[in-house]
Amino acid sequence: MADIIRLENIVKKFYIGKPNELEILHGISLCVTEGEFVSIVGPSGSGKSTLMNLIGALDRPTSGTYYLDGIDVEKAPENQLSEIRNTKIGFVFQTYNLIPKTNAIKNVELPMLYAGASRAYRRQRAQELMELVEMADRQKHLPEELSGGQKQRVAIARAMANDPAIILADEPTGALDTKTGRLVMDLFHKLNRENHKTIVLITHSPELASETDRTIHIRDGRIVEEGGAI
Amino acid sequence: MMFFENVVLALNSLKSNKMRALLTMLGIIIGIGSVIAIFTVGNSVTLSVSTNLQDVGANDVFVSVVERKDDEADPNAAMDGLKFGSQDKREEMDDDDYMTVDMVKDLCSQYEDEIHAVSLSQNLDTVDVAYQGEESSVTIIGANVGYFIPNSIEMTSGTMFSASDFSEGRMVCLVEESTVDDLFDGDYEGCIGKELEMLVEDQTVRFTIAGVYHTESQYAMMFSFGRSSSLYIPINAAARVKRSPLSFSTIEVVSAVGVDPGDLSKKITRFFDRYYASNNDFEISAYTFTSLVNMLDSILNTVTSAISLIAAIALVVGGIGVMNIMLVSVTERTREIGTRKALGAKNSSIRAQFLVEAIIICLIGGFIGLVLGVVGGMALTNYMGYPAAPSLGGIMISIGFSVSIGLIFGYFPANKAAKMNPIDALRYE
Repeated sequence: MADIIRLENIVKKFYIGKPNELEILHGISLCVTEGEFVSIVGPSGSGKSTLMNLIGALDRPTSGTYYLDGIDVEKAPENQLSEIRNTKIGFVFQTYNLIPKTNAIKNVELPMLYAGASRAYRRQRAQELMELVEMADRQKHLPEELSGGQKQRVAIARAMANDPAIILADEPTGALDTKTGRLVMDLFHKLNRENHKTIVLITHSPELASETDRTIHIRDGRIVEEGGAI
Repeated sequence: MMFFENVVLALNSLKSNKMRALLTMLGIIIGIGSVIAIFTVGNSVTLSVSTNLQDVGANDVFVSVVERKDDEADPNAAMDGLKFGSQDKREEMDDDDYMTVDMVKDLCSQYEDEIHAVSLSQNLDTVDVAYQGEESSVTIIGANVGYFIPNSIEMTSGTMFSASDFSEGRMVCLVEESTVDDLFDGDYEGCIGKELEMLVEDQTVRFTIAGVYHTESQYAMMFSFGRSSSLYIPINAAARVKRSPLSFSTIEVVSAVGVDPGDLSKKITRFFDRYYASNNDFEISAYTFTSLVNMLDSILNTVTSAISLIAAIALVVGGIGVMNIMLVSVTERTREIGTRKALGAKNSSIRAQFLVEAIIICLIGGFIGLVLGVVGGMALTNYMGYPAAPSLGGIMISIGFSVSIGLIFGYFPANKAAKMNPIDALRYE
């Protein structure tokens, strides 16, 4: 199957040209194939957040190339990066990041709004997604009226809105208790299995990583080992 | 495409911070409200005063003898020994300084086609008239036939002077209703033909009542100071009573139909210049109501602009308030902005969202200000006794102003939001 993510020799430096210049990623190469469920594991300070920002097209590498679904991301101008984030990537954050004072279904509609979809389509697609994450009965609830697990499910529905190439989940269970964390993980497995979504899970938990097809370990800005599920 | 959504977003955001939104709007409300109120008052006063003046005599040219303006701009004048000697100008008018009947006749014949009528009047004394023991105070006014054209009177009973009454200067008079009320107990019909006796210029004269008139012209209302009623007599009769030739400090020329009173006033000034060229102290000034209205307009406009400037300052202060609160809002919503960017919002979408919010604050504030301003302005004009006429121009300007303030003062915060780095914004606590 085709590589949906291909990173080649990615270097990321901060404070370039200043005395405190800092190289966080020292030439990372990795590929993710379509339909794969990959986890990226590493301790804090290992550069995994930086890597996630690069994969999520929130930032550009200092050098190296990054292809996402055939698009050369590091060369894309600002507005195209927005489009890539909008249509190719579904973000799931540790802190859910639902838009406050905006009900669940409106949150799910938001990426479609930025994609310019019609109101009728948005509403219908959002309803389907709310059913997919088993939140159909909470459509009109505001984020502050939902529990953590419910919020994360809404966030996952929102990530699926524009049918992205990958779902990029940054510690999605980090703020949840074990039981609800389990439910969220089951949901990711379901999306991977039934909807054939490519999922990149960033975590520091070896247990969660072990559930995935492949685990990529990062330490000090380098990939130290790669391996399939045990 | 996003416009409607942005409006909804902005309204939601305001709804969740009602108190803050209201306080922010206050500056705009006060600014717009005062601009509208001022415009309403200014507009109403100008409109009603100028229509009043138009009613009185839009076609009239007022010609008066005035003190000659100093010619000190002319350097030769100061060097001139004669002029130096007569530096102290006379303020009292001599007999020679007045306009004479001959001058008026010349004027009429020279501009025959342009002058409809000339109104001449000669005020004699204010005296007590007596009839069978009853007394009433009247001002005796000698008037020519032209006088009654701009100063129309409505006859209650009897008749206006006949042509021969005027030409021969018969001893007849027109009295006001109030005089009849005093002397004849309000018997308007019965008093016709009765003789009134009065002491004028140290002689006792008798006038036969030809008619009774009812005064309600705007002119009379505006210029009647004391409540001494007027008793009209033919101007030639006045001349006879005065025992001196008629002379006028003021005449009123009614221009013919289709003649521009402004042009006529210039011609009249030039005409009289001939007679007054050698008069060092006095000259003739002719003005029209149009020029009076224009003068009034310009005074009101100056006042309006001065107050508007203060209101504009209030608006700018209000705008700064909007900017301040938008900056707070942007900072508070940093994470939201980061999230939106991660979900694919372009910088322009973020900018539009916050700009629309700022504009909506200003528009709502502007609308509240508009309503308060119109209501306040109308209340004020009613209180001042003028019919209220809200200025459409002022309303349009204020709406335009609100939007502009939103745009100008909203742009900086909106741009700040748009330029945020999504990574930093997402990490913001």
